Amino acid sequence: MRTNDSIIQTKQVNFFYGTFKALIDVTMDFEKNKVTALIGPSGCGKSTLLRLLNRMNDLIDGTRVEGEVIFEGTNIYDTGIDPVDIRRRIGMVFQKPNPFPKTIFDNITYGPKLNGVRSKDAQETLVQQSLEQASLWEEVKDILNRSAMTLSGGQQQRLCIARALAMRPDVLLMDEPTSALDPISTAKIEELIAELKRNYTIIIVTHNMQQAARVSDYTGFFYLGKLIEFNPTEKLFTKPDEKQTEEYITGRFG
Amino acid sequence: MKRKIKETIIKNIFLFIALVSIVILALIVIFLFIEGIPVFKVVSIKDFIFGIEWYPTYDPPSFGIWSLIVGSFIVTLCASVIAIPLGVLSAVYIAEIAPPLIKEVFKPVVELLAGLPSVVLGFFGMAVMAPWLQATFDIPTGLNIVNASMLLALMAVPTIASISEDALYSVPQEFKEASYALGATRFETIARVIVPAALSGISTAVILGMARAIGETMVVLMVAGGAAAIPESIFDSVRPMPASIAAEMGEAPFRSDHYHALFATGIILFGLTLSFNLIADYVSHKFKEVGSATL
Repeated sequence: MRTNDSIIQTKQVNFFYGTFKALIDVTMDFEKNKVTALIGPSGCGKSTLLRLLNRMNDLIDGTRVEGEVIFEGTNIYDTGIDPVDIRRRIGMVFQKPNPFPKTIFDNITYGPKLNGVRSKDAQETLVQQSLEQASLWEEVKDILNRSAMTLSGGQQQRLCIARALAMRPDVLLMDEPTSALDPISTAKIEELIAELKRNYTIIIVTHNMQQAARVSDYTGFFYLGKLIEFNPTEKLFTKPDEKQTEEYITGRFG
Repeated sequence: MKRKIKETIIKNIFLFIALVSIVILALIVIFLFIEGIPVFKVVSIKDFIFGIEWYPTYDPPSFGIWSLIVGSFIVTLCASVIAIPLGVLSAVYIAEIAPPLIKEVFKPVVELLAGLPSVVLGFFGMAVMAPWLQATFDIPTGLNIVNASMLLALMAVPTIASISEDALYSVPQEFKEASYALGATRFETIARVIVPAALSGISTAVILGMARAIGETMVVLMVAGGAAAIPESIFDSVRPMPASIAAEMGEAPFRSDHYHALFATGIILFGLTLSFNLIADYVSHKFKEVGSATL
């Protein structure tokens, strides 16, 4: 379907943890500058798929991928592709806020420094821009040298978003970014997602169906490692094509 | 009611058992001080510690242990120079780099090193290292600082490696994932996230390793050479405090000045290892990186 403006495509992707097949034949197109939500019950493979897109699953021993993940024309699983390069262009935000035990400033500049951003001026600009984009600047501009661990959970998560944005990625992967946060922090992150999609492509895994309905343009529903349905969010939540999707979103199983 | 009494009895049994070791330790320390302090009737504390002449059996004897203290420090220092990089880097390798199969072999082997009786190491130092050093560097004796330091390093490595390794393991997985997700390589992640986050544990490991080296007796007794003089080069022989105590205690007449002086040396040594442990404890609390997110 929608191949007009896609940035990442998966083609018949199978994924194995040892002998367990966690993803079965997943083919999807992620459109540029849109928010795509992946939903489904626990263990359905949605987080696995997300982590496939920036090769984070490489870090787990005994995993295997079949099929292709095309990012801007190249299969990121081709031999000769360095996952490090992929991860610099496809950022990730995790379920649990995980700032480094460093200062707020150093958290943001961690990635850019690896990329060779050495000048203090450039770093300062980057820190301000990234924090502004993550709507955290006003809250932390006077305490940039304080440990990130002193921030609240919601602030930490926005710091993690800012840290990912500081790499100027093309795509931002979010793995249940609000499941550990209170409702107010969650609302802030959701507002932020709406802001960010102007400049970034966002793929978000969520357990919260209302959240998927609120923030996303497209939604994919997974069940037992299979992509059951992939449609514009509005359609999926109002007139789903598949019976299983309907049962899941109406709470009859899952 | 009956249950309550039972609980109280059990509680007190545990308290008693825990107290036993503390009381024994306290008694030993008290004994050490009772036997050691009388030497300060014949020599001042200052002359005892900073006197460079250790002639306990001369007439009149002189009880200055400065050269013994220097001996202890120099071998400990040299041992640390060898053992810290070895221990810390092998911990990093085992915890972060080694594939599972190699890890399973390396980890127990390094820990086995700790199980080697020090007298066996001493044998090795006397029979293998000493002749080799003597021939290679063309020096009068192979029983010297270098030899002792290398063996002490060997003894400190397992301590440093296994405690550092625990510290590295306890760095939350989330930090590593965050680093990789930002496009860091494995070595960047190790150098900039994992090691800094484990630094307090690694420092503790280093200090405990050094405490082990400074208190070690048999190795220095066998291979340090036993010269109670301030060394001028690393190929000189020294007589670290534990070696001096072990070598002379048998021949010092009971409750003589010499006997008390050896106990006083023990006090100094105890003070040193105690302060190493206190520093280790302080460091591990002071620089504890606060865990991952506080929600």
